Amino acid sequence: MTDVYIVGIDMIRFGRYPERTVVQLAADAALLALDDCGLGIHDVQALYSGNIGETMTGQRTLQLIGQTGIPVVNCTNACATGATAFREGWIAIKAGLFDTVLCIGVEKMAPGMIVKKKVGNEPLPAEGLIGSETMPAVFSAVGLEHARKYGTTLEQFAQVSVKNHHHSTFNPKSMYQKETPLEEVLSAEMIAYPNTKLMCSVNVDGAAAAVLMSERRARELGLMGRAVRVRASALASDAWSPRNQVMQDVNTVSRQAAQAAYEMAGLGPEDLQLVELHDCFATAEIVHYENLGLCAEGEGGHLIDSGDTALGGRIPVNVSGGLLSKGHPLGATGIANLYEVATHLRGTAGARQVEGARIGLTHVVGLGSACAVHILEKN
Amino acid sequence: MNTDLKPATSYIRLDTEGNPHLQGSRCEVCQAVFLGEREHCGRCGARSKMKPVALAGRGRLYNYTIVYRSYPGIKVPFISAIVDLECGGTVKGNLLEVEPDPKQLHFGMPVRMIFREAQLASAEGAGYIAHFFVPDGENSRD
Repeated sequence: MTDVYIVGIDMIRFGRYPERTVVQLAADAALLALDDCGLGIHDVQALYSGNIGETMTGQRTLQLIGQTGIPVVNCTNACATGATAFREGWIAIKAGLFDTVLCIGVEKMAPGMIVKKKVGNEPLPAEGLIGSETMPAVFSAVGLEHARKYGTTLEQFAQVSVKNHHHSTFNPKSMYQKETPLEEVLSAEMIAYPNTKLMCSVNVDGAAAAVLMSERRARELGLMGRAVRVRASALASDAWSPRNQVMQDVNTVSRQAAQAAYEMAGLGPEDLQLVELHDCFATAEIVHYENLGLCAEGEGGHLIDSGDTALGGRIPVNVSGGLLSKGHPLGATGIANLYEVATHLRGTAGARQVEGARIGLTHVVGLGSACAVHILEKN
Repeated sequence: MNTDLKPATSYIRLDTEGNPHLQGSRCEVCQAVFLGEREHCGRCGARSKMKPVALAGRGRLYNYTIVYRSYPGIKVPFISAIVDLECGGTVKGNLLEVEPDPKQLHFGMPVRMIFREAQLASAEGAGYIAHFFVPDGENSRD
């Protein structure tokens, strides 16, 4: 099977675009990614489009930039949507169906809390009656379970937010570029204990896109110089775990996907120079340190304290600013994470460049659950 | 217990005397316990091996969060508790009669299930009965 390369990848700056539609944002990102490798829409043989809020987003995007009649697949997989679309494109090239595909992730978000759609046949809405199902509540429980097991402190969770907001000050494509000292994070409005408002990701508009190519075509077109090799692509759904029915388990699914990705790449966490992981809430980043094997079991709190995951540390995590500050437009997040890692591997990340980056990992989790892990390597 | 109240969730059952409990299912093959009715086992995949079980009314606080911001119209703060029940099964519910303060909440603390009118927690709950948890004082000595 051929190796698959990212030859073009880009994202729009995450933010608020009240005047632009979902598909206009998708088109913006698609054209940026095509420009990144000097291709046009006529070079693309299939489109994999990730979006949660609307339908037939891929086709409607092509209506804006070129209706070439290619196959279009629309993907939705919660917060793993963009990464799933990317992975579908990767699979198609691996299978030998196409040499050049485009993958897009896009979302427009209302500011404020995500209100879950009612599913099933329950007589009454559950929120506030049968505990809480808000995203902050879910991820606060994720953090408190870690605190229960290992004594992780509120300050350790809050430091994640301090770090990622600091990182975002070096990223021109981040929604926010503002320092948030520890006292400010801790004294911000409590949303769901222990996550304060500054420990919750930002709901923003965004789009990101990638052009994937087979090795043969990339060589033919002379695109190998800036190409980034996809060493592994793994997707997992939530295996049964004892409390999963009432308490979302983002750990088991992340571990499954990470293990599969490391096996596919023949690599381990010690081989990575940077990671973009799913910090939808500050509490999540700590548990994912362990889920991805960046530290030993129970050492997540110590890892943030050590400074190892900050820019300049042993294994920088979320140097983009992460979902906490760069922003989290659900369907776009997966490809935006891949953009960040690819940019470092190309050595073009500017002030936030992780020096000597050769191999990086991306991780996203969609509740319900889906986890996608990709490992990228500098060519 | 007022049997005129309708169940607020699909998994509340009333016995012949009108006493409520939560309905679960246990897999005869792998023993996994689920909240509510199931036809097949989500853990081991066994088909048509699920037996209904009445879930216990006592348990211990496995995890929680204190919710200060919820959906529009929901009264806050409240404690969203995850409780491991005696005899199996894990249930989520509001923990009442404790200050919503982390200092008052201890992992593993004994709690018991009570049933009250759902209006207590939800404006739409008039006429419905729902489960809640309260600290289990009697059980806390052991």
